[in-house]
Amino acid sequence: MTARATGGAPRPGRLRRFIEERVDLGAMRHLLEEKRVPKHRLSPLYLLGGLTLFLFLVQVATGVLLMLYYRASTAEAHESVRFIITDVAFGDLVRSVHAWGADLMVGAALAHLFSVWLLKAYRKPREMTWMTGLLLMMIVLGFGFTGYLLPWTETSYAATRVGTEIAGTVPFLGKALRTFLRGGDEIGPVTLSRFFAFHVAILPAAATFLLGAHLLLVQQQGMSVPPSVERAAARTGKPPASIRFFPDFVLRDAIAWLVLMAVVVSLATLVPRDLGVPADPFAPVPAGTKPEWYFLALFEILKLVPATIARVPGDVVAVLAMACGGMFLMLLPFLDRPTARGVRSPAFMALGWLALAVFVGFTGYGLAL
Amino acid sequence: MATGSADEGTSTEGAPEPTRRELLDLALVGAGVALAGAVGYPAAQYLVPPIAAAPAETSVVAARASEMKPGSGKNFRFGDKPALLVLTPSGEFRAYIALCPHLNCIVQFRADLGHIWCACHNGQFGLDGSVLSGPPPKPLEALEVVVRGDDVVVQRA
Repeated sequence: MTARATGGAPRPGRLRRFIEERVDLGAMRHLLEEKRVPKHRLSPLYLLGGLTLFLFLVQVATGVLLMLYYRASTAEAHESVRFIITDVAFGDLVRSVHAWGADLMVGAALAHLFSVWLLKAYRKPREMTWMTGLLLMMIVLGFGFTGYLLPWTETSYAATRVGTEIAGTVPFLGKALRTFLRGGDEIGPVTLSRFFAFHVAILPAAATFLLGAHLLLVQQQGMSVPPSVERAAARTGKPPASIRFFPDFVLRDAIAWLVLMAVVVSLATLVPRDLGVPADPFAPVPAGTKPEWYFLALFEILKLVPATIARVPGDVVAVLAMACGGMFLMLLPFLDRPTARGVRSPAFMALGWLALAVFVGFTGYGLAL
Repeated sequence: MATGSADEGTSTEGAPEPTRRELLDLALVGAGVALAGAVGYPAAQYLVPPIAAAPAETSVVAARASEMKPGSGKNFRFGDKPALLVLTPSGEFRAYIALCPHLNCIVQFRADLGHIWCACHNGQFGLDGSVLSGPPPKPLEALEVVVRGDDVVVQRA
């Protein structure tokens, strides 16, 4: 581009000519030369999706490394993770980065979700982007749930017991679902093999497919401008400001990714994650057992659910409520009629803040206990 | 082809004849469904784990009577299930499948509370297995205890 500005199109290099004669790089060129990203007071929130993606890549890289030594059997799993931590060069770092990366990825994905909700970025034409994003959120939680069992520790065993049992309370399908997840009636060697397969093959395949769709949609539609910014622009008659995707936005992305990488590595080094004691399938659940932080809000709410609500078991009510919540979130772009019509939608805004407050509140309460 | 349009009697000139096309479409969709079924059915069946022949335990020596103090409990293995033996303060042995009926966590005897407790969601059970408080919807499943000499034998009730 600079060469063009100083006069005459540059002669493309031989390699570039070779490729361009064979592959249409139009989309790539559009991305690099024409794409723009809106700039306003809320535009730092645009970084959240990219940060989630970065952490996903970190998880893929460290996960592949862990797989080289991890052994997915009840007799060997815990010992193989201990071996990675104590004997393999940089094994403690890789394992700790994977554990912290998981926590941060869930956090980044949740922050991304809530920011999209509160900025109404799901409105037309981005309904499918929202839906693929929500499915990706569920896959991320699935990664957390299945990965947690793999070191085969006392707490991960207990968490898996409760988690699969919650799946078992789903009306009609519950028992089949629980058996499918556990690979039998009880949690044992088959469960570990299954969770390993979910964690390293099935979920990554689904995530890659959905992530591809999600990113393609984001690229085609560009970033959503929040309604408040759009309204302000309409008042002043000036179009919203924007910056070039390349190199301006990519530079911001790169800075954010580097900062996050420093955060992950610092946490992994300064606050290494405990492995915990090996699981004993016949020992009682140790006192103070808690799930991972992102299931903590759910866990605390479940504790408050009474044994029966209007003669229906409390768990069944809770599971149905969760399913309804999931359906509601999935259909949010279509249910939020005011936003779709282009007017203010205070009810859905308040609902977003309420959901965020409930999640943060119960998570904080659970951490403080 | 000609008979097809004649039978229908509704086709207009120049319009494509629907019947043969529809039949082919139906055959194609049908073949697709059959193929998906032929691939999907075995795959779906494969996902359902075979029922493992669980060791049907009928009786287990859970503990020695002399090693248990009144007001204490001991978790033990009963076949493929975790179980809990309790010696009440009055000197009576009781045994239960140690699975909380709420969400399947393994319960334990807590000496400081003097009753049975689940660490997951704070479910509490009396020494008779009944629910004292918390989310469990029903009591613990009881087992039968027989003391033979020093052996505390637990069996299905």
